[in-house]
Amino acid sequence: MTAERGAGGMAQFIDRRLNPRDKSLGNRQRFLRRTRAEVRRAVDKAVAERTIADAANGGAVSIPTDGIGEPQFHLSRDSGERERVLPGNKDFVAGDRIEKPKGGGGSGRQASDSGGGEDPFSFALSESEFLDILFEDLELPDLVKASLKDVSQREFRRAGYTNDGATPNLAVLRTMRASMSRRLALRRPTAAGVERLEAELAALRAETEPGVADQLRIAELYAEIERLKRLQRAIPFIDPIDVRYNRFTPTIVPRAKAVMFCLMDVSASMGEREKDLAKRFFILLHLFLKRKYARVDIVFIRHTHEAAEVDEQEFFYGRGTGGTAVSSALKTMIAVRDKRYPAADWNVYCAQASDGDNSASDTQDSVRLLREAILPQTQYYAYIEIADEDGGQRYGGGGDKDLWRGYAQLKPAAPNFALARVAGRDDIYPVLRELFARQARKGAAQ
Amino acid sequence: MTRADLAPNAPSTRGGLLFDGAEWDFAAVRRVYEAIERVGCDELGLDVFPNQVEIISAEQMLDAYCSVGMPLMYAHWSYGKRFVRDEALYRRGYQALAYEIVINSNPCISYCMEENTMAMQTLVIAHAAFGHNHFFKNNYLFQQWTDPAGILDYLDFAKRYVASCEERHGLEPVETTLDAAHSLMGQGVFRYRRAAKLKLGDYERRLRERQEREAQDYCDLWRTVPSGAPTRENSISEEEARERKRRLRLPEENLLYFLEKNSPTLRSWQRELLRIVRNLAQYFYPQRQTKLMNEGCATFVHYTIVNRLYEKGLISEGALMEILHSHANVVAQFDFDDPNYGGINPYALGFAMMQDIKRICVSPTAEDREWFPDIAGRQDWPAVLRDVWANYRDESFVRQFLSPHLMRKFRLFALSDKASESSYRVEAIHDDEGYRRVRSSLADSYDVGAGEPDIQVVDVDLLGDRELVLGHTSRKGVGLAETGREATLRHVRRLWGYDVRLEDAPTAPAS
Repeated sequence: MTAERGAGGMAQFIDRRLNPRDKSLGNRQRFLRRTRAEVRRAVDKAVAERTIADAANGGAVSIPTDGIGEPQFHLSRDSGERERVLPGNKDFVAGDRIEKPKGGGGSGRQASDSGGGEDPFSFALSESEFLDILFEDLELPDLVKASLKDVSQREFRRAGYTNDGATPNLAVLRTMRASMSRRLALRRPTAAGVERLEAELAALRAETEPGVADQLRIAELYAEIERLKRLQRAIPFIDPIDVRYNRFTPTIVPRAKAVMFCLMDVSASMGEREKDLAKRFFILLHLFLKRKYARVDIVFIRHTHEAAEVDEQEFFYGRGTGGTAVSSALKTMIAVRDKRYPAADWNVYCAQASDGDNSASDTQDSVRLLREAILPQTQYYAYIEIADEDGGQRYGGGGDKDLWRGYAQLKPAAPNFALARVAGRDDIYPVLRELFARQARKGAAQ
Repeated sequence: MTRADLAPNAPSTRGGLLFDGAEWDFAAVRRVYEAIERVGCDELGLDVFPNQVEIISAEQMLDAYCSVGMPLMYAHWSYGKRFVRDEALYRRGYQALAYEIVINSNPCISYCMEENTMAMQTLVIAHAAFGHNHFFKNNYLFQQWTDPAGILDYLDFAKRYVASCEERHGLEPVETTLDAAHSLMGQGVFRYRRAAKLKLGDYERRLRERQEREAQDYCDLWRTVPSGAPTRENSISEEEARERKRRLRLPEENLLYFLEKNSPTLRSWQRELLRIVRNLAQYFYPQRQTKLMNEGCATFVHYTIVNRLYEKGLISEGALMEILHSHANVVAQFDFDDPNYGGINPYALGFAMMQDIKRICVSPTAEDREWFPDIAGRQDWPAVLRDVWANYRDESFVRQFLSPHLMRKFRLFALSDKASESSYRVEAIHDDEGYRRVRSSLADSYDVGAGEPDIQVVDVDLLGDRELVLGHTSRKGVGLAETGREATLRHVRRLWGYDVRLEDAPTAPAS
């Protein structure tokens, strides 16, 4: 009937909910590409404000509207004359005059409709977009999978049920389930059933003048109750064959905890830029570790000529004065590690950032500490030297700095030691990639 | 989709409720659709394109939002911008999503959100699939300017074309061209209908007729009348300029069209991009001129239909209440001094005017008979409304049909705002002296053309310095806003390839 209705024709009902999602992805990427400079600035700001642990969580960023305006010709709102009609007149009559509001014409709401307002444009970045901008095109996840070395330990994992085991592992639910199915199969009388008969019996016996039928019934009940109770005794509520235990099997699992030591020189020569680079380096290392380990602790140790464990705020923003003694930081790190992070339970990672100025004698001490006490018990030790913006050395010419020269000696013997120079933020990711990629190749060769 | 399982007159849909409870399913949606169709087409006489109702998720609704409501769209960063903004607003709960989006296409596609309750789906189908659909199909502006059967194919072409341009010429050049074209969308429409192109036969016939008439009208006396021969030197260049403008058909109000046809520097793919943007602007132009009527029509239709469904016992009181609750929210009109005031709500005024027309048809007062002698007391209000929906746009609709009754109900008053004065003046209110002024003033405000800058291509010397001269004709002394003016002009220069000058003509020619 409806089909005959020429106008209406056939109606179609289509479920589009399963259509591919992210239809806007391409446009979103175009938008981000266009605003890359502004978004990068916003991301930088976010990184400066955030802690290392949640630096890479994505989230809201605000950018100025300059680059993303869509200009058009508009009529100006403050010239000429116009007339408009409004609803809700209360007591105006023709000829009344109404003062214009101060500071611009028109009703406020309409004034902002014209676009081109100065409010910053804010929107949310996903984690991967955020990281992508933070570290310029990184291929983090695959690299992490391939590169971090597994340190395994034995752990008992649940593996179903078993018929024998220790009492603490009793699986109560399973046991009761088995018990119930056995009782049902063997038709064990229920307690409720017996009680009902006993109640009936008690009621009959309470009668003062029982009739013949009642008497017969009483005898019957006695016999029945007796039979049921015998059955109950014969069929136990829980039989040893019902009992089940949780089964655990030992499995080899990678050690799930890691600690990351961040060591930084905070003497006066480390300025804003140097610290920002160091922070990015730490963030990236933390990201690597977070993707791999269930739990990552971060320990911040800063040093001048003496070292102290500090919180993150103090680490990045506290000001220290004094000379430079790298070995002090290494000693503190060893102390903290031995006290709180025994190498048997923890994967130890260490990242050190410095501008590379250190006294010759202290460098010797540091190298010795590294070789003897730190590197053998450390998964990975990365040292970055923050170079000048142009990539050159701070005081021109003169070859490598002292600390670098000293550390370089360690390298041939220690595959888990890496050192690199970083001059700008673009260098950071390649540095880590190189470090990890090298390890990955080694891992594959073994 | 097969409807074999649904005999339209099955007992289940006669007498009993069409649905119960909030959950919807496709069978219920179909039952409701058919009941609505019966009321809409048989009782209201609606004439609609075949409907295609699509159920989408909130995420897909967001997608649809930022591609200007179209199911497919070419790629451009500005749509991504809209998406990230709407997404942020939606996720933080600042902005709810629309219940539906409807597209002026044949078949007419309407999107319904999966979150809607069954009652809401009923409302949405009546509103979009019948109300808007009827309006799209029958209103003269849509009939003249849009091609609903071809729009989806055209968008598909546009999308593929833009993608192939990006592939061949790179993302950036395409983006630059589209940016510039988008900035001129407001000046990229034809506001007046051109004469249809003549077929060759007609052309020859007309030529012959003209020659015949000239032969008939020939009078030797005319030869003796002195012709307007150039008397001064500079009028030769004036003559040239006139000739030049005539050849380029200047002045031209459609900037995108002019640039597409005449820009000395654009490559052919860029011209095609301009054409795409221009066609889209033209496609949406009728919608901008009929917002009030379109929503008024759809709201009136859904209101009338759901009430009929309730009267026929097809939907429960609870469902009706839920629908009326949403309806009341949609048609709320705040007073001008209310903090929530955001202009005149097109749903509110549109719906009220449709209801008012029905009232005038059915039970007119003496005032109505005086103001609306043509329709007062005509009784067959569906026919009157169908005629209104077909033959008016917002501006003419208000001018013709806003009644004193409604002006009093909305307590409308007209306020004049002169930039030179420090106060507004109440020009007219809802009383006998003011009705006509208020009505015509309100009608003017719905004239889309008048709310936009009137910028036309005035002159260009293609053989000289090629500077393009645009003229802005201001009305009532309203000038161009500084914001965006230079940036937009830069876009025009990019498309034209040579210098562009924007002149402010002080006043509109008396018309």
